[in-house]
Amino acid sequence: MSGISNPVTEAELHAWLDGELPEERLAAVERHLADNPEVAQRFERYRAQRSLLGQSFGPLIDQPLPDRLTPPFTARDHSEKPLPSRGRAVWWGTAIAASLLVFVAGGASGWLMRDRIGMRAEPPTAAFIADAVAAHRVFSVEVRHPVEIGVDEEAHLVNWLSKRLGKNMRCPKVTRGGYQLIGGRLLADSAGPVAMYMYEDAAGRRITLYIRPSPNTSGSAFRFAQDGGVRALYWQDNGLALAVAGEADRDTLSGVAEEVYGALNS
Amino acid sequence: MTDDDAIPGPDMSPPDIDDRAIAAHVPRLRRYATALVGNRPDADDLVQDCVEKALANRHALRDPSKLGGWLMTILHNLHISSQRGRRRRGAEVPVEDLADDLALSAPPADRGAVRDFVRAFAQLTDEHRTILLLTGMEGLSYREVAEVLELPIGTVMSRLARAREKLRVLLDGGTQQVVRRIK
Repeated sequence: MSGISNPVTEAELHAWLDGELPEERLAAVERHLADNPEVAQRFERYRAQRSLLGQSFGPLIDQPLPDRLTPPFTARDHSEKPLPSRGRAVWWGTAIAASLLVFVAGGASGWLMRDRIGMRAEPPTAAFIADAVAAHRVFSVEVRHPVEIGVDEEAHLVNWLSKRLGKNMRCPKVTRGGYQLIGGRLLADSAGPVAMYMYEDAAGRRITLYIRPSPNTSGSAFRFAQDGGVRALYWQDNGLALAVAGEADRDTLSGVAEEVYGALNS
Repeated sequence: MTDDDAIPGPDMSPPDIDDRAIAAHVPRLRRYATALVGNRPDADDLVQDCVEKALANRHALRDPSKLGGWLMTILHNLHISSQRGRRRRGAEVPVEDLADDLALSAPPADRGAVRDFVRAFAQLTDEHRTILLLTGMEGLSYREVAEVLELPIGTVMSRLARAREKLRVLLDGGTQQVVRRIK
């Protein structure tokens, strides 16, 4: 019971960093960190390394898949072991060439190159996630003007965003995890207009939904990305690229993403 | 939507494990495998083996909603056995190609940091890379990591603490804080 007198353990400090610390120990851990600057500094480095981990390896999720990793999956004939490795080397060369082209050409032309080497659907790019996460960081901390148009003018908000994005933009309601729509705003990124909706729970925690028109795309599965403390789930559906971003845990975010997906397809 | 698409949204857990259900997890598995082994050809082999094994044993999975974790467990076990073979053969796969490649996909100002990070990360043991990836990249909870690795949760936590400290010293220099007991 005495959260005050129990010494803070190394395990609790890590749990704190990972968002797994029981709430009743939060004050004790934060006091411990304040009293021990060298410990606080060490955990800041751990936090930084986790964010570098996401930054370094995160983009790998958008790499085009080789045929052998796309369905239909066929069992390999293990008697011919030497052959696939040559095939792999050829594929590898193509993939390097293609990814360099994507890197150099960028934007729409880069996506065309990816398409040519066998992508079925174009997954949202790493740049899209970065934009969605950046928008979340900028606007979710906004105290006075988190949204441009509040939920009290929902019809106006929906009309306006639909007009600017050239798509019928419904305003998905979210109730899971106690989050409620508070409004939205129009943003711009390199591809043009973007809609952002914001949701808030009773504790003032915020989740944002970032929507960009993405013509000529079909659906994709949910994918997960993390950048520092911000987690995002993103997918494509009905000519839109969507990302749900927040500091919430993964379960909460996927609950919200599922609800958004359901609302947009009802 | 075309037939080729992975099933999005709430229907992600189909009643039966088939190609499509597994395909939805492949991009994540591949990212995890690439970061783990440090080069793409070996990672793709590992993912392909994992997919084959999953399909061959698909009836062993009772709860389709656990597919993601189950695939991770298969991949993890395959990796451990392939590492045993690799150690016997003494093969060493350079991480430099991957480090350069990943640095290129980072914003210019971060390229040096990304390259250094990928190199430092490659110097960790498999155990440490695994635990850092599952928590920091895949966003699994301690409990989920314990399930994937089939370890007690206390082991997960102490391994994570050691891995973080090891990586900190690799990145920042300085002396390692000895983490003996974490509770």
